[in-house]
Amino acid sequence: MPAPALEPDAIVAPSPARPDDPIVLSSLTHDYGSRLALDHLSFSVAPAQIFGLLGPNGSGKTTLFRILSTLMVPSGGIATIRGFNVAKEPAQVRQQTGIVFQARSLDIKLTVEENLRHAGHLYGLSGKHLRARIADVLERVALIDRRKDYVETLSGGMQRRVELAKGLIHSPAVLLLDEPTTGLDPGARLDLWQYLRMLRDQEGVTVLVTTHMMEEAEYCDRLAILSEGKLVALGSPDELKSTIGGDVVLFETETEHAAQSLAARMAGRFEVSPTVLGNTVRLERENGHRFLTAVLDAFSGEVRAVSVSRPRLEDVFIQRTGHRFWTEATDGSAKEKEGID
Amino acid sequence: MATVATTAPHHQAIRTARPGLWIPSYSLWQREIVRFYRQRARVIGVIASPLLFWIAFGAGFSHSFSSGNSGASGHAFGYFFPGSIVMIVLFTAIFSMMSLIQDRNEGFLLTVIASPVSRSAIVLGKVLGGATLAAIQGLIFLCFTPLAGVHPSFAGLVLAAVVILLVSFEITALGFTIAWPMDSTQAFHAIVNLILLPLWLLSGALFPADKASGWLRAIMLANPLTYGVDALRNSLDPAAHTDHSLAINLAVTIAFCLVTFAASWAVVNRRTQKPAA
Repeated sequence: MPAPALEPDAIVAPSPARPDDPIVLSSLTHDYGSRLALDHLSFSVAPAQIFGLLGPNGSGKTTLFRILSTLMVPSGGIATIRGFNVAKEPAQVRQQTGIVFQARSLDIKLTVEENLRHAGHLYGLSGKHLRARIADVLERVALIDRRKDYVETLSGGMQRRVELAKGLIHSPAVLLLDEPTTGLDPGARLDLWQYLRMLRDQEGVTVLVTTHMMEEAEYCDRLAILSEGKLVALGSPDELKSTIGGDVVLFETETEHAAQSLAARMAGRFEVSPTVLGNTVRLERENGHRFLTAVLDAFSGEVRAVSVSRPRLEDVFIQRTGHRFWTEATDGSAKEKEGID
Repeated sequence: MATVATTAPHHQAIRTARPGLWIPSYSLWQREIVRFYRQRARVIGVIASPLLFWIAFGAGFSHSFSSGNSGASGHAFGYFFPGSIVMIVLFTAIFSMMSLIQDRNEGFLLTVIASPVSRSAIVLGKVLGGATLAAIQGLIFLCFTPLAGVHPSFAGLVLAAVVILLVSFEITALGFTIAWPMDSTQAFHAIVNLILLPLWLLSGALFPADKASGWLRAIMLANPLTYGVDALRNSLDPAAHTDHSLAINLAVTIAFCLVTFAASWAVVNRRTQKPAA
């Protein structure tokens, strides 16, 4: 695999955690035997934010999710949720946190209401109070009229909303969601994000979402991008994209070899430092369209296709790691047990 | 990030007490029962299997032994009766914990472990759920007592019901301990089959321990199920000869309930650096 373009530590200067930050990681590390799944992660999540954990499969986000949801004890470092250590004070952490797992967790043989009642009982709610909460959360996810229906009769999008309602039953301050839109159609996906924003704005809930989808990461207030267990970028989507100077220019050639040769000559002639990704030469440049014309004039016969675009989050990933978002998942041994898109 | 934080509304936490033991246990228990009666095939199985067993076993027995004197037939039948009840209970109890593996694979268990509910409540709810179903079966079987030529007193019947509950509980808890670390029902099946039959055969259900040879007798005395079978024998027929008194049989059975419960609790409490589910 290509060496990282820059040392990640040099780019990501973690801002110091503030006392009211609901999620704080400091030097959090986890290994599965010989493989390091999380490598000294340090960052914090401010209250009432939608915080995205973006990374390809195998980047460590599922490992981090398991640790934050108290299902696994990290091998090193500390993670706290609302001041409680997830490894040492799981009971307090669980009380503060709502969790929506990627896989369905509803009992399909029970009704929507029964599922929520059981969930409420597990979080110390009961009686009149619980009934009021059930009505409240179902109202929120617009499923109040389906409360007597068996879960197996609901559509995938509706089931996800019940999952969300279940995670919210005890009014948690922090909501953790693992790839919440997996398997949803675009409409249901947008709905779900709408609900998350509403929770943030109206109830001040801090939402942490893992995702491997760039488009979804754009919706987050702030993002941590992970690659191979390391934090490679931290900031709002706009901040991250603005770290890329100017436009992203791509030249596609016939072969990888041709791309390397083109990149070398381009570097000599224009004083740029392009990256080669397969058969494509990539670089960041102010006034990309002018540069493009200059390159095409100089090397016209070698380029098969060109593009100039405003930086996207994927460009941030490429810039920080030196490789494409999806390439690392091809290493079978590094594959984590994560949902494949 | 500072701008977001300053304008953000403050989270209004509702005061939720740490969940106690009983409500979550009751909730998990209730789920087992509801799931059971919503699956008609399971209901039929639980009710019909003691009936079928009775018809096949009883008919075969009375016929095969009818050549001898009728008293011996009745006596033998009476001897096998407690063991038969225990066998029915044993299978239902231990296999009810297959639902634990299903819960794990369906993701339901994950949300239970990630909730603040005490680990004892998880064990208690699941085990009582399975034990209830097994005990129902045992109690149906108990209705056939007069047909077995056994005529216990009312107090004896009540005591027998208590013993059935205890045996259901201990065996379900044993199943829980075995099922918890597993993710495949086939593996569970294999392990359970391996231990279930010897457990039953060497429990005094088929032959009394005092007639067995030295080492076999030692195994039978070490088998906790022996005391359950004997306790049932004591309660249904106080005149029957057993190795130990009713008090000892009950004490050992209750102790084994506690041991298996503790074992279940221990496996659930284990938090490791490996994925929990």
